[in-house]
Amino acid sequence: MFFWSLVLIAVGIFSSFIYGRSRIKLNSKKQGTKSKSLPNYYAQYVLMWCLFPALIVYFSWAIFQEQIIQNIVISNFEFIEGAAYNEGLLLAEIRNVANNPSFADGKSVEIINAASQYSSLRQISQIAFYLSIIIIMLLGALYASRKLKPEFHAQHAIERYIQYILIFCSSVAIFTTIGIVFSLIFESLRFFAEVSIFEFLFSTEWYPFIPIREGQTAAEGSFGAVPIFAGTFLVMVVAMCVAAPLGLLTAIYLAEYASQRVRKIVKPLLEILAGIPTIVYGFFAFVSVAPFVKAFGQSIGIDASPTSALAAGMVMGVMIIPFISSLSDDVINSVPQSLREGSFGIGANKAETIKKVILPAALPGIVGAFLLAISRAIGETMIVVVAAGTAPNLTGNPFENVTTVTVQIVVALIGDQEFDNPRTLSAFALGLVLFVITLFLNIIALQIVKRYRERYE
Amino acid sequence: MSNSKILANGVDVYYGSKQALFGISMDIKEKEVTALIGPSGCGKSTFLRCINRMNDLIEICKVSGSIKVDNEEIISEKTDVVSLRSKIGMVFQKPNPFPKSIFDNVAYGPTIHGLVDSKNELEEIVHSSLKKAGLFDEVKDRLNEPGTSLSGGQQQRLCIARAIAVNPEIILMDEPCSALDPIATAIIEELIDELRLNYTIVIVTHSMQQAARVSQKTSFFHLGELIETGDTKKIFTNPDNSKTQDYITGRFG
Repeated sequence: MFFWSLVLIAVGIFSSFIYGRSRIKLNSKKQGTKSKSLPNYYAQYVLMWCLFPALIVYFSWAIFQEQIIQNIVISNFEFIEGAAYNEGLLLAEIRNVANNPSFADGKSVEIINAASQYSSLRQISQIAFYLSIIIIMLLGALYASRKLKPEFHAQHAIERYIQYILIFCSSVAIFTTIGIVFSLIFESLRFFAEVSIFEFLFSTEWYPFIPIREGQTAAEGSFGAVPIFAGTFLVMVVAMCVAAPLGLLTAIYLAEYASQRVRKIVKPLLEILAGIPTIVYGFFAFVSVAPFVKAFGQSIGIDASPTSALAAGMVMGVMIIPFISSLSDDVINSVPQSLREGSFGIGANKAETIKKVILPAALPGIVGAFLLAISRAIGETMIVVVAAGTAPNLTGNPFENVTTVTVQIVVALIGDQEFDNPRTLSAFALGLVLFVITLFLNIIALQIVKRYRERYE
Repeated sequence: MSNSKILANGVDVYYGSKQALFGISMDIKEKEVTALIGPSGCGKSTFLRCINRMNDLIEICKVSGSIKVDNEEIISEKTDVVSLRSKIGMVFQKPNPFPKSIFDNVAYGPTIHGLVDSKNELEEIVHSSLKKAGLFDEVKDRLNEPGTSLSGGQQQRLCIARAIAVNPEIILMDEPCSALDPIATAIIEELIDELRLNYTIVIVTHSMQQAARVSQKTSFFHLGELIETGDTKKIFTNPDNSKTQDYITGRFG
């Protein structure tokens, strides 16, 4: 249905374009004056008045049709007194019967009736849909064609509409973000209605299991997120210990020592590291690095677990190297050449120049790069899911397994669960905290980078 | 007649395959100001940057020929570039103070060359350099403020102080006033005149008035060649070469 309607709309806008173009030529010929804008602008004007109303109808149908039909079917449904109904299941049953008549065997009369009503409503809706699209396009074209006079500034109108379109596009991203934030907040509020916020933020016991049935002899769940944040922090620290020196030194090499040719080859290669799917890093960490870490731990007398903060952190560190090296390289490169010359001109050698002049000048930008890398590290999921473990473990020992915020969110949401218990809702609270932390890190990082940019341009 | 400080002989410079300087030979005297003039792109800055091997920073730049500073060859693999540059200070077109405090800007050179043993000594050098650059009285109360907070003219004098803090014998100036207003320019020119007593100065300038005001010797470059060199007075009043004549009278360039 929706495919053919797209074809319909395409035909509509094509013919409206042709119509607008020929109509304005005709009109200006009739009046003997030249039109204020080029004919194509009038054609686009008609096209827009055809397309956008049609799109609005199209999408509102797509969004509301099913809901409205379901409401009608349910409100007409002859409920049998005393029987218990689940509305969702009932609707699914009705839909099944409507789509596939062979399922009708053995269903009650009420359901079969409802199913036939459902199908007929759908047919009506479909016809109405095509009709309204055609009508709305005709109306749009009619409205627009009244403006097709040579003295009308079609170009101005088009430019205004284009501006509206651009505003709309950019607001989609913004509203999506706002929507995500609100859904996080509301679900988190549901969570905090059942678990106190102080327990969540300050208690050190994470045991998110709650009895499924009443009277079940499972322990009461407890939701102290401290070990989870501690685990996240530990993995992040390990990752930065790997990425900060490697990334920064790589950047210094690329920006100050490497020849243009080497730089041209190495920089894209490094950036490829950022393009590897994180799950690939994850199983690399689990299959290759974790056993190595375990063996290493044993050789120095530490009992390491098969998944560990160290293994996950090290691989994550490798993953974020390109963030640090690439950004820092850009920052170091944007330190004005005149500072280098000034330093060399006094007789400083390369190392002194880099240590005492270039790095201090580039420091704000480098800090910005680090913060972006950190926020990437704490938001990273797949590596830690595979290689860090799931046991909430309040420890500073990187050889033990720990769990992170992102891992706990995954654990809470996998499986067939309704969002009505604190265990699944905890995912939203954790997500909210994670979001707030990365948001602040990003804001600080961008501020630092911005202030730095202002200084030299 | 004073002694030769810098003696260039047949200096060729190539940027990649493009030749920028053609057999420059020149004799720069001690404790004089030598001005290099000429239209844009004539190679005068390139020549200046040969003297302290600054062209090493440009990957594609190749220098050949001979330049002797105090009778020592500097266009050679064996030259100790670091000590050469500590002997030859440089001031650039755009003031380029480091993103450090005023004090640290001047202290940078003496510190990296290990010229000082104590904090007092360092302070003394910084103060005397700032005084020689005529900046001390203006900044003595705010030595800890960043060098970039000064005005353009002050920044340029800070860069001069930074250059003379390592006690060089030669100062190279690459259009030191082109980014400054006339008042700041006048102050710098006065300063150059004072510095001449202790330093050999080579200055590249676009302003012929400036060359006439501050220099004792003037060299005219055109299209990578040294056309004429001689006493400033003579170059500006009675040049031998007709191209020089055309340039200083404003017929081209």
